[in-house]
Amino acid sequence: MRTVLFIGYGNPGRRDDGLGPGLAARVERLAIPGVTVDSDYQLTVEDAEAVARHEVTIFADASVGGTEPFYFRRVSARGAPGFSSHGVEPEEVLALAVDLFGARPEAYVLGIRGYEFNAFGEGLSPRAAANLALAEAFIGGVLRGGSWATGECGDPVESGCAIGGAAVKETLRRR
Amino acid sequence: MKSTTEMKRVIIEPVTRVEGHGKVSLLLDENNVVRQARLHIVEFRGFERFVQGRPYWEMPVLVQRLCGICPVSHHLAAAKAMDRIVGGENLTPTAEKMRRLMHYGQMFQSHALHFFHLCSPDLLFGFDADVAVRNIVGVARKHPQLAVQGVMMRKYGQEIIKATAGKKIHGTGAIPGGVNKNLSIAERDVFLKDLDQMMAWSRSAVKLAKDYTLEHLKTLATFGSFDSNHLSLVRADGAMDLYHGNLRAIDAQGKTIFDQVDYQEYRDCLIEEVRDWSYMKFPFIKSLGPENGWYRVGPLARVNTATFIDTPEAEAERKEFMALTNGKPNNITMAYHWARMIEVLHSIEKIRDLLHDKDLQGTDLVTKGERREEGVGLIEAPRGTLFHHYKVNAQDQVTMANLIVSTTNNNTPMNMAVQRVAQDYLSGKPELTEGLLNHIEVAIRAYDPCLSCATHALGRMPLIVELIDCQGDVVQKLARDTNG
Repeated sequence: MRTVLFIGYGNPGRRDDGLGPGLAARVERLAIPGVTVDSDYQLTVEDAEAVARHEVTIFADASVGGTEPFYFRRVSARGAPGFSSHGVEPEEVLALAVDLFGARPEAYVLGIRGYEFNAFGEGLSPRAAANLALAEAFIGGVLRGGSWATGECGDPVESGCAIGGAAVKETLRRR
Repeated sequence: MKSTTEMKRVIIEPVTRVEGHGKVSLLLDENNVVRQARLHIVEFRGFERFVQGRPYWEMPVLVQRLCGICPVSHHLAAAKAMDRIVGGENLTPTAEKMRRLMHYGQMFQSHALHFFHLCSPDLLFGFDADVAVRNIVGVARKHPQLAVQGVMMRKYGQEIIKATAGKKIHGTGAIPGGVNKNLSIAERDVFLKDLDQMMAWSRSAVKLAKDYTLEHLKTLATFGSFDSNHLSLVRADGAMDLYHGNLRAIDAQGKTIFDQVDYQEYRDCLIEEVRDWSYMKFPFIKSLGPENGWYRVGPLARVNTATFIDTPEAEAERKEFMALTNGKPNNITMAYHWARMIEVLHSIEKIRDLLHDKDLQGTDLVTKGERREEGVGLIEAPRGTLFHHYKVNAQDQVTMANLIVSTTNNNTPMNMAVQRVAQDYLSGKPELTEGLLNHIEVAIRAYDPCLSCATHALGRMPLIVELIDCQGDVVQKLARDTNG
């Protein structure tokens, strides 16, 4: 069994920006063996050390303009100039894990589409909440031994989700 | 000189009102000379209204939603204000020391992160270095030992926060009148194990910042620099105190403007001004007026205002820092980095002292007294003085909130720094290069502003620079987004 680090990040006090921590809380409740769950406001450099201790990392975040309801992509190490110290991107965390800790991480980004970011307040918008349910069904299936196939889960009502298998289809059917 | 009415002034409207967007607009005349340079920080101010009607005891947790970067600072400032509401400002020794440990952990990790992973690329590779190299991954490849130090110092501070606040997101450690947990022996011993290493790395960090400043003094002395007032909390005896104290303000020559002002009365000496081109207010010292009363906060201001530092190694470094300007306030913007590392050393000395203090294992956690309807909480956050002010009605609901965050206090100075750098490095040059953009960023970064804090979701843009000619046309636009 491969060790997996699941990091959900975002600010739950900024509406749909809480999609990442929201999914982290749900994944933690699934209590899947071999899966370590972490949650924070944003990614930071010390996450590289945790990434280096796991074979696979999944970064879950709210997506501002990405595919609805979510996408799941492989990411690799890459450096980028940052304006502030206030957060780094998954690619940078991976690059630090490689360069500082000698890791060879396999990593994915799960971007869940959100809609409301400009207000203070707890709670997801109804559409974001629906996307979260689908993302949970998807990632739960992956972590329990399903396919790690990447892609976009787009326009599920019309064509069904291209990734995610039976769990996602069942969640879609119930909507 | 042409009046600005003869040139085209462009107010750049933010795309969205999400906190975390910065915009620099540069206005040129017909000779491409910079006539105006402004940093617009799009700060969403709805939070003060959002908390109205909520019960006061929620505030220390609720305000952490304001900022994902320094939630501990907001947590503690709100808790200090709520201490006043419940009449519990005279904390038990265990409560005050737990809060201080949390705060020094925050200061330690925040400053280390800023220096090693944000500023070190500029300092190690140069402001004009290839942008493909001038980043944290570039540092990791060329100077891996420094990058590891930054990561492990950050992690150490974050673990202290977790042990004292309870968790990383929406910590609950500080409550009105005290704290809800102490530090167990087992938790303490984890931190003691790595303490010597953290001390050693902190000393070397001060040396690195000091050596860099002195080696490049000729350039740095004028880079985005200007005389200013300085403001911070200090202890009753004038010592630097990052957690609690009274307000002191000095001018550029070190003359006292006011001293030992009880921050419950901050409105007697400070005013916030609104300007039509920025969402962020411009605070100033009331007695000096808006033109002359603006001031700097943060590490540079704190080292300048303190009479001394009460930990021996940081005090020795402070003396050396002040000797550079013959004991007068240091007004070099880039000296923020050196001052910041002195505070790192001070913080780890404080953490060491606290970890050896048995009061952290005490069980008397909460106190309270006479109920009040109004309370102000101040703290020296990593980026500077943070103000939280609340009024509460008889039903325990918050009826008024006013927050002055650190970056707001530094609003005018950051604009001054941008103006200075733009005039010195851009005037007469029609093309806005990435190197130029970075010169402006370097000056802003010295203040460690909180631009990208609350909402950071994938695809957001933290900084845009626009060059506007005398016809009002945008000549060039550069955006520093999350992918560089």
